[in-house]
Formats: sequence, structure tokens, C-alpha cells
Amino acid sequence: MYNFVRKTKDTISEAWVKFVLMLIFLLPLVILASLLNKSWMVIQTSGIGDLLFSSVWRPMAGQFGFKPFIISSVYVTVLGLIITAPVCLLSAIYLTYYGSKRMTAFMQPIIDILAGIPSVIYGVWGVLIIVPFTGRFLAPLFGYESTGFSILSGGLVLAVMLIPFILNILIEIFRTVPHEQMEASLSLGASKWESIKHVAVRRSLPGIVSAFALGLSRAFGETIAVLMVVGNVVGIPRSPFDTGYPLPALIANNYGEMLSIPMFDSALMFAALVLLMVVVCFNLMSRYVIIFMEKRQ
Amino acid sequence: MENPIISIRNLNLYFEKQHVLKNINIEIPHNKVTVILGPSGCGKTTLLKTLNRLVDLHDHVKISGKIMLDDKDILVPNIDVTGIRKKMGLLSQKPSPLPMTIFNNVAYGLRINGLRGKRKLMPLVEKHLREANLWDEVKDRLRDPASRLSIGQQQRLCLARGLAVNPEIILADEPTSALDPISSTVIEQQFAELKKHYTIVMVTHVLRQARRIADHIVFMYLGEVIEQGPAREFFNNPKEQKTRDYLKGAFN
Ligand SMILES: Nc1ncnc2c1ncn2[C@@H]1O[C@H](COP(=O)(O)OP(=O)(O)O)[C@@H](O)[C@H]1O
Ligand SMILES: [Mg+2]
Repeated sequence: MYNFVRKTKDTISEAWVKFVLMLIFLLPLVILASLLNKSWMVIQTSGIGDLLFSSVWRPMAGQFGFKPFIISSVYVTVLGLIITAPVCLLSAIYLTYYGSKRMTAFMQPIIDILAGIPSVIYGVWGVLIIVPFTGRFLAPLFGYESTGFSILSGGLVLAVMLIPFILNILIEIFRTVPHEQMEASLSLGASKWESIKHVAVRRSLPGIVSAFALGLSRAFGETIAVLMVVGNVVGIPRSPFDTGYPLPALIANNYGEMLSIPMFDSALMFAALVLLMVVVCFNLMSRYVIIFMEKRQ
Repeated sequence: MENPIISIRNLNLYFEKQHVLKNINIEIPHNKVTVILGPSGCGKTTLLKTLNRLVDLHDHVKISGKIMLDDKDILVPNIDVTGIRKKMGLLSQKPSPLPMTIFNNVAYGLRINGLRGKRKLMPLVEKHLREANLWDEVKDRLRDPASRLSIGQQQRLCLARGLAVNPEIILADEPTSALDPISSTVIEQQFAELKKHYTIVMVTHVLRQARRIADHIVFMYLGEVIEQGPAREFFNNPKEQKTRDYLKGAFN
């Protein structure tokens, strides 16, 4: 009797775990299918090529060219990552190899707090500080005129948001570099910096790439904070001081209001589909790069 | 002793409050194999790491005393530490190949010394791999990651890598303890060969190994040097009671 109860419990819990795993596995497929289903109408009418590469955006006339949004998204994301990458890499190296134990212990909670701040707050901070800084200081410095609501402001806010996120991963990665390998390099008469460059960074390269790829995915999808500082004017940005209108901002600003126009609704779903595909591609590509690099160590 | 290459005088070392090396005085002869013997935990690794200043990496270390190398004290703060480490390579207990190819592992030290270009590097890489008795086994796969070698091969690679820096002294911390008997023998024979050109300081706690290759012995116990001298005298005619106990296997 007792055994029977135990066995039944076992079977039930195993079935339950399998069911949950199944759900996790199916979730992305379900999301993909529903987005595809909803955007099918606009794809049928306009064609993928027009949707992706046309820059004519006249929803009321049924013309949906997403090029301005895609370019804005890429621009903001790449800018954010370019600003944040060296900062994160150097800070992680400093905290792991140069800073005292006390300093690392002091910084760790601060980084965690920064990572936990909601993006709206980064957005508000961006409007209060970054936007005026870009408009009044950076733009004139480079000979542009700008209200400050711009691609660059978006990139800067993104960069700041990414720092704690990427920094945490990088510190974790550098901690896994075996002490013995650093000592081996130092024993050969390499300086500390040489050892960091040739041993620690080199060994961590797959991890560093994946950290930045994760950051890239996050940045590409970041909605609210970027939306608040980029200006949201449809058009292809010609300089970092121009306004932009990234994909997530487009969806967030229009979804709900435009449900009454089926084609616009479908177009927004298409935007979401593009977003999803890009993020998934980042992930797959970085995975491939990591596997490739790990093979060579 | 005539012209010791290293002489350690009144060396004391603390990790925080733990007194790990206690008033150490050692003289290490030139171009000989000096074996440091002692039960584990007695400070052998710490002593080697003090010699090439790797202890600097630890927090809360306090050192006093002198280590004279070529009539210069290498414990003074403003000395060129990388220079010392080039003179004294350390072969660690667990082989730790660098995360790169076999070729680059050996070329690493050469590049640090400013040598560039495959045409200049290749003959030297070959020479040092031969010195470590590894060349024949790896000559066809120099581009493979070093991590694919067996543990015994990895240790010989580490030896070759250390030799490439052109050291005068090789410090080896139980270099065969992680290896199978055959690889151990290979490394041991290599050391016998290398002592013609290098001074070797080797830690071991395998008595038989010490008997086979030592010219000079330093016996440590609980952070102190109990006895030191020529190997034959040490084994045949030990002066201290602790040494006799140790040779009888009392601490193992
Ligand atoms: N980094 C360190 N911090 C604190 N204590 C240490 C450290 N390294 C070694 N010790 C202590 O120093 C003593 C000697 O260690 P070690 O030199 O490794 O001995 P051996 O190599 O002879 O086995 C041990 O008691 C060990 O616990
Ligand atoms: Mg040891």
C-alpha cells in the first residue's frame, strides 16, 4: 500500500515536470505562431520586401515601410553597445584583478541595485539629464543642432542600463579563470597586464562574446527608457543627433489605439515578429561563435 | 658552501597571523638538483613562491629576511619582479597549460621577451620542446589546443614553456605528483639532463624520487629547516632525530 502511494506520487510528479518542460519548450513556438498568424495579413498585402526595405510610412493609406524603425533600432542598439563595451570590460578587469577585496565587496551591491532599477526610472533620468546634456552640450560641440531627443540620447541611456547587466556577467566570467593559469603566465615573467590580456581575456573570450550578445538582445528590445528619449519621429536618422523611432517604441506607442484598423494592427504584429526574429538570431549567432571559440582553446 | 646561487637568510613569512616560514636559512648550490623534502603543509610551496615572488599575489602576507640572488636581495620592494621571474621559472604541481595552442604555449615566453615572427619562433619552439622530450609526440599537431594533451604531456609542455624564457633556475613544485609513473619517470630523467645547464630546486615528498635525483637536500618540518646538506650525507648519515624519523616514514 505504502509503496503504491509512493509510486503514484512519483509518476504524478514526473508527469508534472514533463508537462512544465513541454510548456517551456512550446512557449516560443506558440508566440512565434501567433505573431505570424496576426501579421499574415500585412505580409500578404505588402510583401516582406516592401515591409522591410521601404521607408514610406503612411498607415492610413495602408503603406507600411519599416525601414526607418529598423534603422533607428539598429542605430540606438549599436551605439549603446559601443559605448558600454569598453567601460564594462575595463571595469570588470579592474574589479577582478586590481581592486582590493574591500572595493569589490563595496561595488557588488551597488551594481546589483543598478541592475534592479526599473527602466522607467532610467528613462526619466535620461529625460532630465541625458537629453539636455546631448542637446545643449554634445550637439553644439560636434556642430549639430538638436533638441537632445535623439539617437545618441537613446544610446547613452541604453549604455548606462547595460553596464550593471553586462558587468555582472563579465565579473562572474573572469572569476572562473583558474588562478593557476594567471600564476603560470606571471611565472614566465609576463607582466600583470600581459597576463590579463593573453590569459584571462583570451580564455574568457567565448563568455565575453555571449555577455555582449545578451546585452545586445536586451538593448534591441528595450522599450520604455529608449522611447522616452529618442524623440519618436518617423524618418531615417542621418546622424546620432537626429531623432529616431525604434521598433519597440513604435509598438508600445500605437498598440491598443490602432486595434480598430486591422491592417495597422497586423503591421504592428509584424514589427513584433521582426523584433523576435532579430533577438533569436543574435542568440543563435553568439552560440555559434562561442562553440567555435571553445573548440580552439 | 662555495658560491651558492641563492642564499636565503632569516626568512620569515606570515599569512595573516599564521607563521608559515620560520627563520629559514638555506643555500642553494649552482647547477645542481636541490630537493626540498618535508611532509605536506610544512611550507614548501610557499617557499618556492617566495623565491619567485608569486606570494606577492596573496593579500595579507608579511615577509622579512633576505633572499640573495647574484648578490642582490630580491625581496626589496623596488626590484624588477618580472626579471626575477624570468630568471626563475616555476613549474607548478598541477600542469596548467595556457588557453592557446601547443605552439603558442611555448612561444608565449619568447614573445614576451620581444621575439616576433614564426620564422624566428619556430626553431626555438622546437628546441625547447625537444629539451622537454615532447617534440616527437606533438610535432604534427602544434596547432592543437594544449588542453588536448594528456596530463603527462601537459606537464612537459609546461616545462618546455618555462625553458623558453631562458631561466637560470628551475623551480618545480612536486612536478610529478599529478602524473602516471611513466610520465613521472620521463620528467625525472629530463631533470637529470637539465641540471647540466640549470640550477634545479624541486619539491617532493616522494623519498625514493629524492634519492634518485637529489644532489643536495633541504628537509623542512612545520615551517622550519631541520637539516640540509649533500644528498648522500643526508640519507646515509642524518644528524637530526626528526630527519631519522622522517626517513623511516614516521610522518607519512
Ligand atoms: N594563500 C594562503 N593563505 C593562507 N594560508 C596559506 C596560504 N597558502 C598556504 N597557506 C598555509 O601555509 C602553510 C604551508 O602551506 P604550503 O606552502 O602549501 O605547504 P606544502 O607545499 O609544504 O604542502 C599551510 O599551513 C597552509 O595552510
Ligand atoms: Mg605544496
